[in-house]
Amino acid sequence: MEERRRTPVRSVSVERVREAVRVLLAEACSQLPAEVVRFLEAARFNERSEVGRRVLEQLLENARLSAETRIPLCQDTGLAVVMLEVGQDVHFTEGDLATAVDEGVRQARAENHLRASVVERPSMDRVNTSDNTPAVLHVRLVPGDRVRVIVLPKGGGAENKSALAMLEPSQGREGVVGFVTSTVERAGPSACPPLIVGVGVGGTFEYAALLAKEALLRPLGRRSPEAHLADVEREIMDRCNALGIGPMGFGGSTTVADVFVEERPAHIASLPVAVNIQCHSARSRETVI
Amino acid sequence: MRHGPDPVRLHTPLDDTSIADLRAGDPVIISGTVYAARDAAHKRLVALVDAGEPLPFDLLGGIIYYVGPTPAPPGRIIGAAGPTTAGRMDVYTRRLLELGLKGMIGKGPRNTAVRAALVRFQAVYFAAVGGAGALLARHIVGSRLIAYPELGPEAVRALEFRDFPAIVANDVVGGDVFEAGRARFKKPG
Repeated sequence: MEERRRTPVRSVSVERVREAVRVLLAEACSQLPAEVVRFLEAARFNERSEVGRRVLEQLLENARLSAETRIPLCQDTGLAVVMLEVGQDVHFTEGDLATAVDEGVRQARAENHLRASVVERPSMDRVNTSDNTPAVLHVRLVPGDRVRVIVLPKGGGAENKSALAMLEPSQGREGVVGFVTSTVERAGPSACPPLIVGVGVGGTFEYAALLAKEALLRPLGRRSPEAHLADVEREIMDRCNALGIGPMGFGGSTTVADVFVEERPAHIASLPVAVNIQCHSARSRETVI
Repeated sequence: MRHGPDPVRLHTPLDDTSIADLRAGDPVIISGTVYAARDAAHKRLVALVDAGEPLPFDLLGGIIYYVGPTPAPPGRIIGAAGPTTAGRMDVYTRRLLELGLKGMIGKGPRNTAVRAALVRFQAVYFAAVGGAGALLARHIVGSRLIAYPELGPEAVRALEFRDFPAIVANDVVGGDVFEAGRARFKKPG
């Protein structure tokens, strides 16, 4: 018992997590990340379609207006996806972690006039919970004594177009590239292109999906450090941008803003591929406690 | 398809004449009363139609905007108010067109049944820019809740539009901006 007491444990109040979620969610909904703004500015010049360029201009004007007025970028202020990377030397105090996260979501919604976009009993009467809770909370243990808080308000239109396939190992690289490209093609105009495409390859059914969501958090323009994955990312991007879907699907050369592929080992029988679609309003914020 | 900078000005209610010359790809600006209704409201509206009961607003010549806005902050008419995915309303649309609905505003394509119904009943589907919620809200100068307050963001509202920008996505002769646009920019693979 004496030994155990001496292990370094850092106490973190769940109140600090609640406060982080409250602040990050508010920022995310009205401040488009600078890297997304830079992408839209570049795309406005590179896009071949005139109507496509007009769409991109409207999105830039929208981002400017939203930052100035705090009116949300999009009326779909999302289901709050909260990812916590918790150092294994952290001990949470002063309450329940998931309750604190939901309270942060509740406060952010009320204070910033965000939309209540969550219904309970979704297969039945779909009653709105009125406060945008519960959040979807993913917690991962990592070394250390810090807590990384990532908030990703996820809109329904793009999330609806996400897909997962349990490919056969024989389908290999071409199977992965083909499935991702056809998922983007099916997503098409409704998912609000230019899209960011998160891809999880390997693991199991549920792990591939989580990898795909985590892939969305990579900064725009940053290729995978794995050469073979960077190559796959470039090929998928080229194939998607050749589809002609364009900004908001009115036709054009800018269909995807970026493609991020994460890969993990898989069962000898399996090749899971998950594709998480993110609209151009790619809102996420993070902090470290 | 007009490529000039001059959008067609439309005012609700629409009639056959005002929309007859619109073609997929034409930019438009819309003014007048437009009704906000999305998934849950559509389910209720069509249930009323099935039961032979009156609707909470007059569909004749009307436009429905598929939108669930964010709450209005103090001193404002409405919060962010961009379009939601229209395809989810496809299953309900024909019933409303039969009753005289003339226009819809949303994002993304419609299915073949809706496109055929638009030709048959002479109505138009407009697409607005998804994710431009703060920008589009500036073109909404009035908002009044008229049905189903318990649905929260999905309640039916009468919105007053002033110069609301959109594009003709599906016209009365079967044109489709998404197909046409894609065909123009698709690279042979």
